[in-house]
Amino acid sequence: MKLLFEISSKGRKLDLIPPCDTEEYSFNDELLRKEKLRLPEVSEVDLSRHYTALAKQAHGVNDGFYPLGSCTMKYNPSLNETVAGDKNFTNIHPLQPAETIQGCLEVLYQAKELLCEITGMDDMSFQPAAGAHGEYAGLILIKKYHQDRNDHKRVNIIVPDSAHGTNPASATMVGFKVINIPSNENGGVDIEKLKAAVGEDTAGLMLTNPNTLGLFDPNILEITRIVHDAGGLCYYDGANLNAVMGRVRPGDMGFDCIHLNLHKTFSTPHGGGGPGSGPVGCKNILKDFLPALEVAKNSGGYYFYQPEKTMGQVRSFYGNFLVVVKALTYIKSLGKEGIPEASGNAVLNANYLMNRLKDYYDVAYDTICMHEFVLSLGRMKREHGISAMDIAKGCLDYGIHPPTMYFPLIVPEALMLEPTETESRETLDQAADIFIELFKTALKDPEKLHNAPLSCYITRPNETEAARNPILTYQFENDQ
Amino acid sequence: MFNYPKKLMYTETHEWVKKEGDIYVVGISDYAQDALGDIVFVNLPEVDDEVFVQEPFGDVESVKAVSDLYSPVSGVICAVNEDLLDNPALLNEDPYRNWLIKVEDVSDTEEFLDAESYQQFCESQG
Amino acid sequence: MASYVVNTRKQQQQMLRELKLETLDDLFVDVPASVRLESLNIPQGQSELEVYHEMSEISSKNTVFKHIFRGGGAYNHYIPSIVNAVVSKEEFLTAYTPYQPEISQGILQSIFEYQTQMCQLSGLDVSNASVYDGAVAAAEAALMLQERRKSDILVAETVNPQLLQVLKTYCESRDVKVITVKAIDYAVDFNDLKEKLNDTIAGVIVQSPNFYGLIEDVKAISELTHSHGGKVIMHTNPIALALLKNAKELDADICTAEGQPLGMPLAFGGPYLGIMTCKKELMRKLPGRIVGQTVDTNNQRCFVLTLQAREQHIRREKASSNICSNQALCAMRASVYCAALGPDGLRQVAKNSASNAHYLARKLMEITGFELKSTKEFFNEFLMSCPIDNEKLVAGLAEKGILAGLPLGKDILWCATEVNTKKEIDNLVEIIKEVL
Repeated sequence: MKLLFEISSKGRKLDLIPPCDTEEYSFNDELLRKEKLRLPEVSEVDLSRHYTALAKQAHGVNDGFYPLGSCTMKYNPSLNETVAGDKNFTNIHPLQPAETIQGCLEVLYQAKELLCEITGMDDMSFQPAAGAHGEYAGLILIKKYHQDRNDHKRVNIIVPDSAHGTNPASATMVGFKVINIPSNENGGVDIEKLKAAVGEDTAGLMLTNPNTLGLFDPNILEITRIVHDAGGLCYYDGANLNAVMGRVRPGDMGFDCIHLNLHKTFSTPHGGGGPGSGPVGCKNILKDFLPALEVAKNSGGYYFYQPEKTMGQVRSFYGNFLVVVKALTYIKSLGKEGIPEASGNAVLNANYLMNRLKDYYDVAYDTICMHEFVLSLGRMKREHGISAMDIAKGCLDYGIHPPTMYFPLIVPEALMLEPTETESRETLDQAADIFIELFKTALKDPEKLHNAPLSCYITRPNETEAARNPILTYQFENDQ
Repeated sequence: MFNYPKKLMYTETHEWVKKEGDIYVVGISDYAQDALGDIVFVNLPEVDDEVFVQEPFGDVESVKAVSDLYSPVSGVICAVNEDLLDNPALLNEDPYRNWLIKVEDVSDTEEFLDAESYQQFCESQG
Repeated sequence: MASYVVNTRKQQQQMLRELKLETLDDLFVDVPASVRLESLNIPQGQSELEVYHEMSEISSKNTVFKHIFRGGGAYNHYIPSIVNAVVSKEEFLTAYTPYQPEISQGILQSIFEYQTQMCQLSGLDVSNASVYDGAVAAAEAALMLQERRKSDILVAETVNPQLLQVLKTYCESRDVKVITVKAIDYAVDFNDLKEKLNDTIAGVIVQSPNFYGLIEDVKAISELTHSHGGKVIMHTNPIALALLKNAKELDADICTAEGQPLGMPLAFGGPYLGIMTCKKELMRKLPGRIVGQTVDTNNQRCFVLTLQAREQHIRREKASSNICSNQALCAMRASVYCAALGPDGLRQVAKNSASNAHYLARKLMEITGFELKSTKEFFNEFLMSCPIDNEKLVAGLAEKGILAGLPLGKDILWCATEVNTKKEIDNLVEIIKEVL
C-alpha cells in the first residue's frame, strides 16, 4: 500500500484556514526556515481513503476475539467515547481559573474516591500517563518515604522473575538496585527466597497479584508481612486487577502503593498503543509525596493543592484527563455489583477456555487460574518443531488476535491467553475449536504453520533486516 | 556441529580468548553466535575503559533478545572491533575471525577451558 | 447496571458446572478468607442514559470560553474535521500495540508516516513513535545524553515551568544534576551560560519559542555547547517549525516538542503528545517504540516495531527507559493534521498565529499601561505589563466569555493563534478598555 508521501501531488490541498485578516507579520529573514518541508499534499478524499485502507489493516477489539494475555483487551463501550468527546471537557484549557474548571476537578475527585475504594488506597494521582509511568511514580513514593525517614541504606527493590519487564526497568529509573527472586514450583513467590532476600537494604517489593502466570498467590498476606517486617514497602502492579476487582483489594492485602492501568481494567481503549492512564495510588503514609497537583474539596468547591513533600511533576498538567473521564463513565455504569460481576466472569471465561484446551496443550500450571492462563509449547517445539510463534501466527489466519507470546519469560514457548469478561461462551467455544484445529495441524502439517499467516496483508516480515539496517523514515527521491 | 578451534581458550559464558604477546583478544564462540540467532547490534566499550573478570563489558542484541558479554580477564581495553558496529552480521558469519575487544595490562584472568573441555561443556548444555 | 458481561446467568451456571464449581466465588479459593470483600462501598451501577446525564451534569460545571487568548503550553488551534473522523475509527481506537505486524500494518504504517513527518518538521534524522507529552520528551532526552564522564544537564530558566518540573523529577530520580541557566530580558543569559558550560555538561536544554514566546538564539547556544563537547536539546512548538528555522538549521542534536498544537484538543491538559527526534548518531539511545521498514517473505514492503532490544521488555533493569507505550492515537492525530494542512497550510497556521499575536500586541500597546516586557522577537505569545491588578482584569474578561492571557507575577502572558480573528481581537481590546 502507498504511503501518504506517495499519494502526494504538488499543489493539492484542503481549504481549512481563511486568509489572515490582520496585517501579515514578517520575521527577520535570518529567523526563517529555509529547508524544504515535505509534508504530504493531498485532498480530503485522499486522506479519508488512505486511513480507511489503513484501518482495514489494523485489528481492534471490535474486529474480533483478542485474547492477548496481560493486556485485558475487553470491549470498549461507546458511551465512554461519547462522554469524552463532550465539548465541555475537550475545550477546557488546563490553565483556566479554578472556578471555571469545577467539572474537570469533580471528575478527578470522583474518580479518585471510587478507585481508592476499589483498591483500598487512601489517595491517588492521575498524573502518570501509562502503567509504566505509574510504576515510576509509585517507586519514587517509596524512595521519598525512606529518604524522609533518613533511612538511606534502603536501595534494593525485590522483583519476582515472573514480573513484567517494566518493573525492573522502572526500579532502575528511580535509582534502585533490582533483586530478582525466582518463583516457586507453584508459580508463586518463593517464601524462603523472599525471606533470604529482605533486609535492612530492602526498599520494597514489586508484585503483580494475580501474577503474570494468571495465579493468585495464596501466601499474599505472609509475603507483604515479611517485607513490612524488614522495613520495606509493598508495591502492587495493577496490570491484573481485572481478575479481582470488587473481590479483594490490594490495600487489604498489605500493599502500600499501586498503579492502575485504566486502559485495561477500566476499559478506556488502548488506541493502538496509547494514550492510556496509569494513576498511582497510596496509603496515607505516602500521600504527602504524591505528584503535584492533587484535587481536594471544601465548602467553596474543588481546588488543587500541592502535597506537602511532593515529588514534583511526572508529566505536564494533570495527566491524560480524557482517559480518566472514560474510566469514570465506566465505573459509574458498572457500580458496586457490576465490578465484581466483571471480574468473576473474566475469571470464569479464562477457566472455561483453559479447560477446553488442556486436553491438547500443556498448561503451565494446571490449577484454577484467574483471568488468564499460560500454555507451554516447549514439548510441542521439541517433538514437532512447532513454536509458540507458529501457533500465534496460525491464529491470524482464523481472524483471532494471537495470545501474548514468549511471556512470562519463565515458561518455555509461552502463550498467554486472557479472554476477558466481554466474550460469550459461543465466542470462547469457537476460539477453542480453532486452537484445537491448530494443534492438530501442528501434528499433521507443521509446514503449513511455519508459513502462516497466509491470509493477512503481509506474510512474516524480516525483522532481522529491519534491525540491522534501520529505515525509520520515508526515503524521498532526490534527497538532498 | 560447531567449530571449536584448538588454538583458542574458552569460558563457560561462551567467550573465546587468544593471547597475542601481552594482549588478550576476546570474541564469542560459534556455539554462542548460533544460540543468539541473527545478531543485529553489538554494544562495545571504548578504548581505555577498564574491564573486570566475569563482569559484563558489553552486550549483543538479536531481534528480541539481548545477552551480556562477560570479560574473561581484568585489564584495560586497547582496541575495539569497530567493524562490528556497522556490520554485526560478521559475528554470525565468522565469530573467530571477528573479535570484539583487545585487552592489555591484564592483572587477572579466569580459569579458561581448552577446546575439548569447552566442547564437552557445550554439548552438556543440550 | 451495564457490566458489559455477555454470558447470561444461565450460561454462567452451565460453565461453572462444567468446571465442577457452583458459584463464581468458588473461582477465588486462593484469596485468603480474611481479606475477601463483602461488597464495595460505591454507588450502584446505572443505565447508559443515567450515566450520560450524570456525566453531562458534571461537565456543565465547566466554563467553555468562546475566546481564548491563553497559551502557556496548551494552544487553541483549529482541528480539521478529518482528524476526528480518522481517529474515531474503532480499528485504530480499540487495537493494542502493533506487536503482531501481519495484522497491524495499518497502525505501523501510520506511525512510520508520523515519524517521517516529525523528522520533516525538525529536520533531524530519526523520530520515535512518541512519548507521553512534551515535558516528558525533554526529560527523556536529557537521560539519553548520560555518559559516565558527562552527566550534568543545563536548562534555560526560560523553558516552560511544567517542563522544568518534570525534568527535575526525572533527573533527580536518576541522580543527574540539573543546573538552570539564568535569563536576561526573558531569554538565555549568554554570560551565565558560558560560565556554567564545561566538559562535565552532557547537554543543554533550550526552548524556542520559549515560555515567554521569545525566539532564542539556539544557533549560538549550539555552537557554544558543542565547543565544550555537550549536546543541545531544542524544545519547541511544532507549528513554529513550519515557519522558523528548525533544529537542523540551528544545529541542535535532539528536538523535542509538545505535539498538542497538531490536532489535539485542549482537554484540560491531556492526552497530549511528546515528540522526540534526534540525529542519527543518537538513534540507539532514543527511548520508546520505533517503527522501521522491511520486507515480508514475498519481498513486499512492510513495517515492524524495530530496535526493540533497547526496550524494557527485553532489557529489563538495564533498559535506559521504562517506557513501553506511546501516544499512538495522538501521534495519528498529529499525522492526519500535518497531512490535511500540508506544507503551505501548516506554514499558514504559523504565519496567521504570529500575525494575529503581533496585531494583538500592537492593539494592547495602544492602551496606557500595556508594555511589552521584552524587545526580542516573539512567535505567538508575549509577556506584557498590566495597568491594573492582573487577576482583576482576568476576572473581568472571564465575565465576558474571554479567557485572558496567563497572569505571571504582575504581568500577563498573552497568546493568539489562527482562530483569533481581527474582529475578536478588536472586541477584546474594547472590552479591556471597559474593564479598566
